[in-house]
Amino acid sequence: MHKRLTLGCMLLLGGSVFPAWADSGGAGQGGTINSISMEDMDHSSMPGMNHDNKQNTSEKPEVMQGRAQGGSAPANARDPHAYSGGYSIESGKYALPGPRILKLADEYNFASLLVDRLETVRASDNSSITYGLQAWYGRDYDRLVLKAEGNVDNGKVDEASTEVLWSHAVATYWDGQLGLRYDSGEDSGRTWLAFGLQGLAPYWFELDITGYVSEEGHTALALETEYEILLTQKLILTPRIEMNFYGKDDAGRGIGSGLSELSTGLRLRYEIRREFAPYIGVEWAGTHGGTADYARVAGLNVRETRMVAGLRFWF
Amino acid sequence: MKKTSSHTRTVPNPSRRRFLQGLAAGGVLMGLSPWVKPGWAGQVVTTATGKAPILSGTEFDLVVAETMVNYTGSPRMATTINGSIPSPVLRWSEGDTVTIRVTNRLNTSTSIHWHGIILPYQMDGVPGISFAGIPPGETFTYRFTVEQAGTYWYHSHSGFQEQTGMYGTIIVEPRGGEHIRADRDYVVQLSDWTDEDPMKVFEKLKKQSAYYNFNAPTAMDFFRDASERGLGKAISRRRMWNRMRMSPTDLADISAHTYTYLMNGTTPAGNWTGLFNPGERVRLRFISSGTQSFFDVRIPGLKMTVVHVDGQDIEPVTVDEFRCGPGETYDVLVTPQDDAYTIFAQSMDRTGYARGTLSTHAGITAPVPELDEPEWLTMTDMMGAMAQGGAMAGMSGMKHRDHGMSGGMNKNTTPVRHAKTEYGPSVDMRVDMPRTNLDDPGIGLRNNGRRVLTYADIKTPGEPVDPRDPGRDIELHLTGNMERYTWSFDGLEFGKSTPIHFRYGERLRVILHNDTMMTHPMHLHGMWSDMEDANGEFLARRHTISVQPAQRISFRVTADALGRWAWHCHLLYHMDAGMFREVIVS
Repeated sequence: MHKRLTLGCMLLLGGSVFPAWADSGGAGQGGTINSISMEDMDHSSMPGMNHDNKQNTSEKPEVMQGRAQGGSAPANARDPHAYSGGYSIESGKYALPGPRILKLADEYNFASLLVDRLETVRASDNSSITYGLQAWYGRDYDRLVLKAEGNVDNGKVDEASTEVLWSHAVATYWDGQLGLRYDSGEDSGRTWLAFGLQGLAPYWFELDITGYVSEEGHTALALETEYEILLTQKLILTPRIEMNFYGKDDAGRGIGSGLSELSTGLRLRYEIRREFAPYIGVEWAGTHGGTADYARVAGLNVRETRMVAGLRFWF
Repeated sequence: MKKTSSHTRTVPNPSRRRFLQGLAAGGVLMGLSPWVKPGWAGQVVTTATGKAPILSGTEFDLVVAETMVNYTGSPRMATTINGSIPSPVLRWSEGDTVTIRVTNRLNTSTSIHWHGIILPYQMDGVPGISFAGIPPGETFTYRFTVEQAGTYWYHSHSGFQEQTGMYGTIIVEPRGGEHIRADRDYVVQLSDWTDEDPMKVFEKLKKQSAYYNFNAPTAMDFFRDASERGLGKAISRRRMWNRMRMSPTDLADISAHTYTYLMNGTTPAGNWTGLFNPGERVRLRFISSGTQSFFDVRIPGLKMTVVHVDGQDIEPVTVDEFRCGPGETYDVLVTPQDDAYTIFAQSMDRTGYARGTLSTHAGITAPVPELDEPEWLTMTDMMGAMAQGGAMAGMSGMKHRDHGMSGGMNKNTTPVRHAKTEYGPSVDMRVDMPRTNLDDPGIGLRNNGRRVLTYADIKTPGEPVDPRDPGRDIELHLTGNMERYTWSFDGLEFGKSTPIHFRYGERLRVILHNDTMMTHPMHLHGMWSDMEDANGEFLARRHTISVQPAQRISFRVTADALGRWAWHCHLLYHMDAGMFREVIVS
């Protein structure tokens, strides 16, 4: 177990070297054929397949050194509509009369609800229920997303955050998200503008990073990353890290600027079905910086180890 | 470590075993589950399985209805034609004009497409392109003249009806009578069945594309690999897959986790059997009707001589095994001598198989082989020619003389040109140096010790019917994003696409370039696909061409069929995801 974790951490570090959105352009190397090929062969011995085709030598640099994923289209990229002869699938010669009836799944709305965490949390002096879920409705590249997480203590919601976002695919594995977040619970409600990026970083790290600006001008940043380690096809260990940063002190809410909260969790689930998996786990949570100072003044723990047990399900 | 190594396969427990094998008798009524709802006619009719009725002549009446079937112990409603799975075998004669009245007794629209048959576009049976579909309660009359002979098939082109039972065989007898001599002639139609609603299957794939893959690399595999090969090798074997967020074990999207594989509508336990007398020459017409399954077919103990592919005679080639992709047909001749042989058709992902028996008497069986170990996809499947040793392999197709087709630059080895729309969210990889060799049987069949048919072996005798050189090239890339479960041409799903225009009468070359890690059986309706080798030499007349990962294949088309036609991947779930284009010949 220890060894596996070590490897997981190595990968975590390795993964962070690459910008998470490396495949959406820029200097990242999330999968260029060249970087791949260097590991396995001497690619200097590849003069190209089209040596007998002088008319096209100008195209070689693009085609030979292209990236296998992401990137942006070179100037000479093909127009996918070039073969259409001006026809459309809606109308024109031999088209059926009336509105188009052939619509495939790309024009169909799907819906999903994933309750990633519904768990009882036991800390040294308290136990409560925590939930974290994400639902979406829409198509392949544009969706309405609902994210909610919160804590229920003694039957009362003492902390909850709910976001409604428009999610738009911006790269192979990344969705850009824009919307509103509403915090409720013990403190009075607060609304934030939310904008972020959610997706899959190289090496299969699930990442959700969102920036927030509140009505009163407060700023915050939330970062969540998760990684699935398949011990078997059904027994899955998931390390999870969640961090919250704030732009400035907010004494009224006991929040200091900078890194405010950090929690690291490890959950082990068994997928009875893909959609239905009970789990157990442990979470180390703590407040940091100014937030920790406020907590100490209020007589609260700044470090906490929690045992969790819960259910992950989706449909 | 996630997505790491393979080869831990769950040993089926007894109930799972029964699920994989299916019930011996399909169609036994075991009390109706809530899943089984009476159809349009208000009564539940049991599906006939295992032996498709044979209909011949020029006038046919086909009735599409929901009937009950039980392949796994749980009764389900199937959509069937004349109440059987497979649908009736239609026997036509070359030159005849056939009239087929199709009556829809479902409560949803239906259709029938005659796969591989050359006919007027209005008769092609694709709702939304050829016609409006057949509404509930109505009859549509198909009428066309059959100007070809051989083995073909037909299926619904509406929704997921092909998955739920609508597929049958067409045998067209040549004008001068059958010239492939055989003492026995059997149809062997391969398919896949799921007890789930196919739409639910599709939704699951949209939400978790690896839902049905229980062969994903695990941490245990990684540690075993590391102890066997060393840590460095174990890591480097995985690095690229993990960096690219792709799975080396994604071979089928849908596995035996939900599928029961059928041979002539019969489960492996049901054991479809064809009889013979020792020494007889037996023709087996394999129809690959799996909606999402490639089958690797062999008959241990027998050599198979492949004589006819996609309805066309080919130069006979004798093999131990062949892979058939959805849509393709393969006729083989065998001469069995012993009492019994197993016809073994394992799915490409090695999670299950369809099975039947050739025997001298009913009830005699032969041993059923173990499933082969699943393999990981290789560098070749991801990187094409680059992985085959870069320039050396990439140019192997070049060292031959240049045949000067259209100025010598129209071969399928011309520079790769990705579409502008391949750089966005709809595409998860692009291949810059595709492989063009056709002598690769594909993942899972390489170096397995058996003589396996490859596309390089499939040769239609003589020259192409249309001897003209192609006047231009059309290059299309097969694309997808496995994580999002989107599938497309050139990164554009059907709804965003524009048609491909063929000028009436022209001869053109189509280049299909596979920018994905799956094999796609590509089916162009209405016109033949005259497949070429890497040098632009004519190989074979096909109606369905499977393009392997990172492979580039070209074929010539004569645009002699006016109208609008469908062109799509014959993996049903890829087609329904949007890997579909319209072709206009005008």
